[in-house]
Amino acid sequence: MAKEFIARGADLELKKIRKEFPGFTAIEELDLHVPAGEFFALLGPSGCGKTTTLRLVAGLETPTSGQIFIGGEDETETKPHERPVNTVFQSYALFPHMNVLENVAFGLRQRKIDEPLVKAKEALNLVQLAHLADRKPQQLSGGQQQRVALARALVNRPSLLLLDEPLGALDLKLRREMQIELKAIQMEVGLTFLHVTHDQEEAMDMADTVAVMNKGRIEQMGAPEALYDRPKTVFVSKFLGQSNLLVGEVESTSANSVSIEVAGNKISVPKTRAEKHTGKIAIGFRPEKATFTNKKPAASSSTNIIGPGEIIDIRFTGVSNQYLIEVPELGNITVFAQNIGKSPVTELGEKVWISWSVEHSFGLSDLPNTGEAA
Amino acid sequence: MRLSLGKLTFPLYALLAFIYLLIPIVYTFAFSFNDSLKTNLIWRGFTFDKWTNVCQREGVCEAFGNSVLIGVVSTVAATALGTMIAIALVRYRFKFRRSINLLLFLPMATPEVVLGAGLASQFFNLGVQKGIGTIIVAHVMFCLSFVVVTVKARVASLDPVLEEAGKDLYANPRQVFWKITFPLLLPGIAAAALLSFALSFDDFIITNFNAGSEMTFPRYVYTAAARGVPAEANVIGSAVFIAAILIVLATQINGERKRRMLLKKH
Repeated sequence: MAKEFIARGADLELKKIRKEFPGFTAIEELDLHVPAGEFFALLGPSGCGKTTTLRLVAGLETPTSGQIFIGGEDETETKPHERPVNTVFQSYALFPHMNVLENVAFGLRQRKIDEPLVKAKEALNLVQLAHLADRKPQQLSGGQQQRVALARALVNRPSLLLLDEPLGALDLKLRREMQIELKAIQMEVGLTFLHVTHDQEEAMDMADTVAVMNKGRIEQMGAPEALYDRPKTVFVSKFLGQSNLLVGEVESTSANSVSIEVAGNKISVPKTRAEKHTGKIAIGFRPEKATFTNKKPAASSSTNIIGPGEIIDIRFTGVSNQYLIEVPELGNITVFAQNIGKSPVTELGEKVWISWSVEHSFGLSDLPNTGEAA
Repeated sequence: MRLSLGKLTFPLYALLAFIYLLIPIVYTFAFSFNDSLKTNLIWRGFTFDKWTNVCQREGVCEAFGNSVLIGVVSTVAATALGTMIAIALVRYRFKFRRSINLLLFLPMATPEVVLGAGLASQFFNLGVQKGIGTIIVAHVMFCLSFVVVTVKARVASLDPVLEEAGKDLYANPRQVFWKITFPLLLPGIAAAALLSFALSFDDFIITNFNAGSEMTFPRYVYTAAARGVPAEANVIGSAVFIAAILIVLATQINGERKRRMLLKKH
């Protein structure tokens, strides 16, 4: 038994995948490589093509063009039941006419594996549901059904496990618990997980690598920390966390930074953190990286300063306060301040200057649509 | 005073309606115990003889046997064909799908005499010898629509993702059908089969046009009615009625048992 647990996942490679449906194109052109044994998240808003990608890998859809390799084998033309892939469906899709144990044993029986019920029971142990083996799926809670669905897929030791927003139907507390559990199971069994979600926190929390998908293309891919620290497009900067964006022509360039001027303020970004060094560019920063003061701070080449602006909204969210500051000619800037002491300024209508380290700026490759410049 | 009358109206109305509905059945049942001679119109005393020796009267049991045979064969054929049509109509998009949906209602809407006579002239033109075979063909034809309509509702409520889960768990299309689709459609298919059998078993009009010299139970009763229906016919009628009631009761009890089991969470 221990031997089966050693069996590692396979890598997945998508080459120039395109998928058209009557009337629209779900995936423009997709190249993707998921290394073996990795927890990989496809993150994007609904309709971005992430679920279609998953269904293509499972074999439930066929690509219009392109190829799919799993563990080096070309699986583009194979049928779903011939692929070494299992899926945890968003709605769990447990068979209502079978009890929990038979649900889990289904894949084993199909492949004529010895002692399917013994192995199914082991898989139920892994998700801590062995005591409910005789129940019908309808008798279980959402979280329990989700774990049965996971056991039903994992018991087959697939080279690749596909997760289609499996936590979407659970409440927040249960979702956090399942995230931890899922990650622990992935580490334990060492399979390749391809996880599709629209929940950025879920993706960043669990995945080794996150690919942000938008309009049928992958916008940016990388480790969660890297993606958050240095988004390269407007979409990624807004979808993965929040961002303040400032747009302007590049006015000056030094040895290691580029600067724009917006509303009389010089804003700089390190060259290594900027996608473009000339022309009109957008520079962004995260709300929690900025602070504000009611006196203009001393100018410094390592600090960006804008202001004065007026605090027009304060939101208390528990761990932090979220301030919305209106800066003339620039629009609204969001700043998060942790609730670790009394903030210097907390009154609505106060005039403040906002500052953040040049090192925390990032330069984007594209520009926001007019109207959402802030 | 007015208030109590208003309160009584509904139960009274319900009682009258039930009496009206049940009188013919009670009459049939009661007269199956009549110690009748040639006719079964006057009460001559209580006996179990007609129940114990039901086949003594010439032709009753043969006609009943024919009706059961025809019912079973046409039910199996109509249910199998109808289920396939229902799945195709819900799951696949093809040309004329909507027109076929509409056409399926035609046999239900057309008067039986017209269908029966039309079919009879077809058999005549083709030179087909009338008999059990032609009756079965006729019954499959009119049962088919009912099966499709009944099973279609069940197919529509079946989540396709369950079949996808089956494929994903290494089941080929045939295995997906027998292990997932069929068991989940079974309640609908069973209901359709029962309905088919009931329709086939008591059909008189279409059968009469296409039976030739073959006797079915309804034809036998119709012919016998000229001389007075024999008590043996009452026996068979009552037995079929009781069987039907038992099936309904069994389904209800089974459904209740399942419901209770599902309520018993944790």
